[in-house]
Amino acid sequence: MSLLDVAAIKADFPIFDKKMRNDARLVYLDSGATSHKPQQVLDAERTFYTQHNAAVHRGSHLLAEEASAAYEGAREIVSHFIGADVDEIIFTKSATESLNLLAYSFSNTNRGVFALKPGDEILVSEMEHHANLIPWQQLAKRTGATLTWFGTTDEGRLDISKIDSLISTRTKIVAITHQSNVLGSINPIHMIAEKAHTVGALVVVDACQSAPHFALDVSTLDADFIAFSGHKMLGPTGIGVLWGRAALLAQMEPFLYGGSMIESVTMESATWAPAPRKFEAGVPNMAQAVGLGAAINYLQAIGMEKIHDHEVALTNYALSGLQTIKGLRIFGPLDTVDRGGVISFALDEIHPHDAGQVLDQYGIAVRTGHHCAWPLMRKFGVAGTTRASFYLYNDLSDIDVLIDGIAATQKYFKVS
Amino acid sequence: MELDSLYQEVILDHYKHPLHKGLSTEKTVQVHHVNPSCGDEITLNILLQDGVVSDVTWDGVGCSISQASVSMMSDLVHGKSLDEAFVIVDSFSELMSSKGSLQGDESLLEDAVALAGVSKFPARVKCALLGWMAFKDAAIQGRDGEKI
Ligand SMILES: Cc1ncc(COP(=O)(O)O)c(C=O)c1O
Repeated sequence: MSLLDVAAIKADFPIFDKKMRNDARLVYLDSGATSHKPQQVLDAERTFYTQHNAAVHRGSHLLAEEASAAYEGAREIVSHFIGADVDEIIFTKSATESLNLLAYSFSNTNRGVFALKPGDEILVSEMEHHANLIPWQQLAKRTGATLTWFGTTDEGRLDISKIDSLISTRTKIVAITHQSNVLGSINPIHMIAEKAHTVGALVVVDACQSAPHFALDVSTLDADFIAFSGHKMLGPTGIGVLWGRAALLAQMEPFLYGGSMIESVTMESATWAPAPRKFEAGVPNMAQAVGLGAAINYLQAIGMEKIHDHEVALTNYALSGLQTIKGLRIFGPLDTVDRGGVISFALDEIHPHDAGQVLDQYGIAVRTGHHCAWPLMRKFGVAGTTRASFYLYNDLSDIDVLIDGIAATQKYFKVS
Repeated sequence: MELDSLYQEVILDHYKHPLHKGLSTEKTVQVHHVNPSCGDEITLNILLQDGVVSDVTWDGVGCSISQASVSMMSDLVHGKSLDEAFVIVDSFSELMSSKGSLQGDESLLEDAVALAGVSKFPARVKCALLGWMAFKDAAIQGRDGEKI
């Protein structure tokens, strides 16, 4: 078990100076929804506005040059972070936009690998966040393709027992989450991708819950596209990433049309700039991209391996602590094998919303509800769960506070 | 504790022993409402006879606030004329949007004034309103149906 120096890390995050209800300190267990931002990220955004602000890739003045350098510098940082080529990094506003961009690019064409027709299949899983489910549902509706899905085992892992029938020559897209935002389970992307590639399907990975938490290398992951959001990895809101293989991006149709994404324009028609510009119409979220660059620098200075080890140690500690509580049921694996720092649970006779309300009185921030994974809630027969998720600024004492808070919640509602 | 203004004893009583829960077979209108932010759901039946709500029954899942609130509501509107029921619903809606500034008219809302504290917790107002909005929807459908 190896832990980070959380006191030193917390000192970088101004939000931890905030007093919560009843003067409690902030016990932030909701990084799965969004993470907090260190001073370094806030400073990077501020410096962009105070020193370099200009519309990137336009104008001939010093500020335009500096703004473009800062924005493209952020793209380079992201590309190194995931082991990609710099031109394979598309900035979007969020993972949600990245996935929609991709889904629309499929229905914007009737040629090549992106063309779908009735009889084709799009394979997802029952544990997808709505952001990696609904764009594919709708793509299926637009094209006449069929949506199919992997189920979930009772233990909360991807049920791959039917993979041989689920992936067939009909399969054109496999869109799957790297780590479940509800169960914490980490999916065997490499194995699924290998199988998908033998039938020529494209593999899309929702890396929202993985990129912030462990080292990710697209050169070995075997996916064709990955999507993630800056705000879950210490970066600002309003910035997301879509990575795609260069050869595929070259064939892919744009989704948004407008300024910056063109090569040449007449009154009758237009041609497109090469990727990534082709997919970044309009003045982009520049300060946010720069902030994401600073966030990645911050994470890498600590080290993704160390962050992962830290979270595994926290998860281990939390899983054993939570299991001692009577009337508490965990959804998801009970060990830390292929599992990240997200723990969903239900309390007998206490609705998650009520639990969250009492925990809030102790300064504990958890997420309650369906976590944008409604089909998964149905599978487990609950309306929602309470979810604690960990990051580099959490320590064992946060988990102790959570466990005491749960006991207090049960006492408040006279359940024991 | 601040929490006690939210979870009054009478709310927890209704939560543990909800009234009119369990759907009737006879009904004029059935509606199904969900709270998309938390996944709570309610199915509600009303039976109208000559402009009177002669029966209200419901089933659903939700937090203590939403379950207690629908329990109180169904007891309140049971046996009332549609016009009276709409007055009660409007009074409750006003209470919920008061951000803690209103106490609620006890002669009209009875037990439901205990939910006044909910109006200070913006994230919970929707929980309290779920059943009431379902009833209002069903009542309007039923009234318009009766007129035709
Ligand atoms: C697994 C997963 N996918 C997609 C998303 C969507 O991310 P965003 O809302 O930043 O676009 C989230 C965020 O909650 C997530 O956890």
